[in-house]
Parts: sequence; C-alpha cells; structure tokens
Amino acid sequence: MTDTLADRLSAAGGAPDGTRSAPPAVLTGRTHWLRRLLRRPMSVVALAVIAGFVATAVLAPWIAPYDPLAASFSDVRKPPSASHWFGTDEIGRDVASRVIFGARASLLAGVVSVLISLAIGVPAGLLAGYAGGSIDMVLSRMTDALLACPFLILAIALSAFLGPSLTNAMIAIGISATPAFVRLARGTTLAVKAEEFVLAARAIGNAPWRIALRHVLPNIVPPLLVQSTLAIAAAVIAEASLSFLGLGQQPPQPSWGSMLNTAKDYLDNAPWMALWPGLSIFLLVLSFNLVGDGLRDALDPREA
Amino acid sequence: MLTFIVRRVVTIVPTLVFVSMLIFGLQQLLPGDPAKVLAGEEQDPAVIAHLRQTMHLDRPLAVRYLYWMRGVLHGDLGESQRSQQPVTTLIAEKLPVTLELACLAIVFALAIGIPAGVVAAVKRGTAWDYGASMLALWGLSTPNFWLGIMLILLFSVTLGWLPASGYVSPFENLRANLASMVMPAFVLGNAIAAVLMRHTRSAMLQVLSQEYVRTARAKGVSERAVILQHALRNALIPIITLGALEFGTLLSGAVLTEQVFTIPGFGKLIVDAVFNRDYAVVQGVVLVTATAYIVLNFAADVAYAMVNPRIRLG
Repeated sequence: MTDTLADRLSAAGGAPDGTRSAPPAVLTGRTHWLRRLLRRPMSVVALAVIAGFVATAVLAPWIAPYDPLAASFSDVRKPPSASHWFGTDEIGRDVASRVIFGARASLLAGVVSVLISLAIGVPAGLLAGYAGGSIDMVLSRMTDALLACPFLILAIALSAFLGPSLTNAMIAIGISATPAFVRLARGTTLAVKAEEFVLAARAIGNAPWRIALRHVLPNIVPPLLVQSTLAIAAAVIAEASLSFLGLGQQPPQPSWGSMLNTAKDYLDNAPWMALWPGLSIFLLVLSFNLVGDGLRDALDPREA
Repeated sequence: MLTFIVRRVVTIVPTLVFVSMLIFGLQQLLPGDPAKVLAGEEQDPAVIAHLRQTMHLDRPLAVRYLYWMRGVLHGDLGESQRSQQPVTTLIAEKLPVTLELACLAIVFALAIGIPAGVVAAVKRGTAWDYGASMLALWGLSTPNFWLGIMLILLFSVTLGWLPASGYVSPFENLRANLASMVMPAFVLGNAIAAVLMRHTRSAMLQVLSQEYVRTARAKGVSERAVILQHALRNALIPIITLGALEFGTLLSGAVLTEQVFTIPGFGKLIVDAVFNRDYAVVQGVVLVTATAYIVLNFAADVAYAMVNPRIRLG
C-alpha cells in the first residue's frame, strides 16, 4: 500500500515548498520522505516485521507445518515440542499453523477496514472542507455523532446488527474508524484551500471539483497516510477484539482473537495457547504504530 | 462565558439528534422483518404481533423514529427481550460496577502516565525519555484482553496471589473487591496511561519553554519546585481536558476487560445482549455511552474555557 500511495504522491508533483502557517503537513515538494523514513532504524525494523507478516499470510499454505483445521485427538493440549513448535490446542490442532493462518484475518481486516474508512471519509471530508457552509455543518455534526460512540462499542453494535462474520467485522470497524478520517481530511483541506496555489488555480478558472481533486487531494495525502498506518494498527486490535468476543472471524477458521478467547479457558493446563496469538497481535500492531510514528516525523519538515 | 456555553450547546443538539438517528437506524440493518428477528427463535405469533404494535412497524420510518425518540426522552429505552426488564433498570444495575472499574483504572493511568510524561519531558532526549516513549508504545500496542490473560496466567495461575475472576461487591467485602479489581483496573488503565504520558510530555515541553519558567529558575527557585509547582500545574490543564476524551477508550476497553475477568458490568451487559439478540439493550447501551461522552466533552470544553480565556474569546 505504501508503494502505490508513494507513486501517487510523486505523480501528483507536490505543492510549493516552504513556509506554512497551518499545522497540517502540506507536502513539501519532492522531499524524499521515504528516504527519511528509511533512515530510522526502528521504522526499518518495523517495516521488515510487517513484510514478514504479509509474507506469512500470503505463503501460509506452504509455510504452515499442518492443516490449521485438522484436529487430532491423540495430540490434545500438547506443550511445544519438535513436532509442534507452539504446541497444540484443545482439540489437537497445531497452534503454529493456526497462528500462521491467523495472520490472514488480521492483515485483511486491518487493510480492508482502513480502505473502507478512506473510501467514505476522504470524499466526505474533502467535500465538507472544500464546500463549507451547510454541507460542512451537516457532515461535521454527523461526524461528531459517530465520534461520540466509543469505537469498539459502535463496532460491536454494528456487527451485532449485521451478524457476526469477518466481513461484517471489517465493515463495522471501517465505519467506526471513518469519523477520524473525515475530520482529518476536512481540517487539512481547509488548510490547503487557503494556500496560494489553490487561489491561483481558482483564479485561472478551474472548476471546483477539479481543484478539489487535482490540487487539494494530492496535498492532503501525507497526513492521511500517517493516519491510515496508525488506523491499521487500531483496526488489527479491533478485529482481534471482535473475534475475541466472538463477533469477528467465526470458528473453526483461525484468527488470533478467537484463539485467545479459547485459550483463556485453558490457562492452567495449556498456557502456550495464549502466548503466541497475543504476541503476534502485539508485534504486528507495534510495527504499524512505529511505522506510523516514523512516517509522521518523516513527512513533517519541522521534525526533520 | 455564557455566549461560549450557548454556542457549544447549539452544536451539541444536532449532534445528539444524529446520534439518536444513528442508533435508531441500527435496527434497519437487521435482515428481514425486525419483529420476527426480535421475537427470537420461538417466533411466537403473539410476541411478533405485540412487537409490531409496540414498535409501530406499520408506520413509516420517520414516524417510528419519533415514537422511539419520545420514549427515549421520557427515559424509556425499551424492554430487554431476554429478562423482560426495562433497559434503563439493567443499565442502572450494571453501571456502578463499570464506574468503579473505570475510576480505579484512571488512578492507575494517572499514577503511571503523568510521572512518566514529566520525566520524559524534563529529561528530554535521554534514555529516560526514550524509555518512557517505549513504555507508551507498548501500552498502545498491547491488546488489553491479552495483557489481562497474561496477568491472570502470572498472578492467578502461577503465583496464586489474585483471583482470576469473580466479582465481589465493595459493600460486601472491600478487600475481596479490590483483590478482584486490581488486575482489570491495571489492564484498563495501561492503555490510557500511554496516552496520558504522551499528552503530559508534550504539554510539559511546551510549558517548560515559557518565560515564567525561565524567570522562576532565574530567581533561584529549586528545579523541583519549578517543575512541580510552576510547570506541571499549568501543563495539567490540557492533560486533564484531553484525558476526558479518553472516556471512549475507557468504555471500549471495559467491554473487553470485563469479558476477560468476568466482571458483571456495562461491557458484559452489551456483549451478552449481542449474543442474546437483545437489540433494545444494545441500542440503550450505545445511546447512554454516546450521550455521556458528548456531555463529558462539553463539560471538559467549558472547564477548559473557564481556565483559558483565549479559547472562549477566540
């Protein structure tokens, strides 16, 4: 995802460099924020960890030593060993294989739900910020209303009414995370709208929609990129939380959250069941948070 | 000040209306006939007919919304399909438990977050700062239900110091109550501590660069007094108002924490309601939390404006 956005960024050409009064980071020309990001050892490590998880998810059928759904009643709750590195679960399934396949649900939920938030939030925020007036008023109050519902509680309510499944969990998380994107897109649009190059574009007679899409949108991409990365981290936790509550990925399909839900009942005799799924969530979320923080610093010239 | 309050109230009302529409609209997501879905598995025709009548399902959507809203404004959030009790009674019953959990969690969050933030700001760029930032990242990246499970594994299963579950009312046995609450409260406070630490650090850095801090130093006030009395006191204002916004995190976290530690609170209420398909309870819980959030936010804004004239005049 980083690459496509990076391509779009450089294709957009960027805005004039230099002094700004507005706090949101306006793209500062073709400054090589990607290079700045890669100069940060923590960000590089985090990117590598994410790449590792992505590779694991994609290559799961070839990497996993066992079928993640294959129960074996002679191997129930076996501690980690040479044949089962992470041990086995309550019906003898290989925990390592389930953790490997579980990466799919987490990454998919993280990325898809953020794409949903972007698809709704960016047009809405752009419209509110650029059009202003009563459109802005209505969209902003709707955003406030959505923001007032605690993220997870709203996601729980939505998936309760939509019915429990991974797809519905992604929709619920995506909708719950949307208001943050509307706010950000609206705020940065307001800042960019006041820039001279937008005034110039208007002065030479560009249509409003053209200015919004060709001149404003490319310039609000950097803060959105940061927000998206951090939102993926939040979405991964949210998917795990919903699955933990039984509202996400449905058993027997593996997901880290639902594995933890089962593991909770076997803590005294199979603690290894709880370790690996949780550690995987932690590592993946930490990596996205680190990349998000790194991106924010790399994209913000004041920090450089 | 009054105009500021009036201006804020004017924006709150449409927000509340949208919240109520949103929550009412959740019903529309149910596939098929809501009366049949709400009637549960038995599909008793009498229940379906009763629901159809009480929910005014033969009327247009807008009219149904107004009927529902009238009930809400009269304190009627409907009835639980499961227990036949009014939703308000159920909420009133469970809320104190979650409030206790939330208050204890805030104590943990303040006790960890503020000192860590102060140290990080005062010793900016040192290993302390780095360590505190790592601590915050750790707090933000650990799923709190997993942290809960790991603490149960350590303190209940391995060491046997604390009970893994089993809520005791503080009025029955305060000691047992605290023993059952300390782990969930820590788990819940942990993520908020991370956010508070970040706020404290940036607020302190801002205050420490102010001239009055330099003046205080110049006139020979001890560094300890400069930091605690001059800087922290002023930095606390944004920290506390920003902290009020963590209310949502607190409630979302409480849902999971209560599930892990089997605490019969607000979070358990909504999760159980989801599985019992008790939709009126789900709607009631979301409505109450959203309203509480909006009111709290408003209170934080007013408090902030009271101590900071630039906000209300600007």
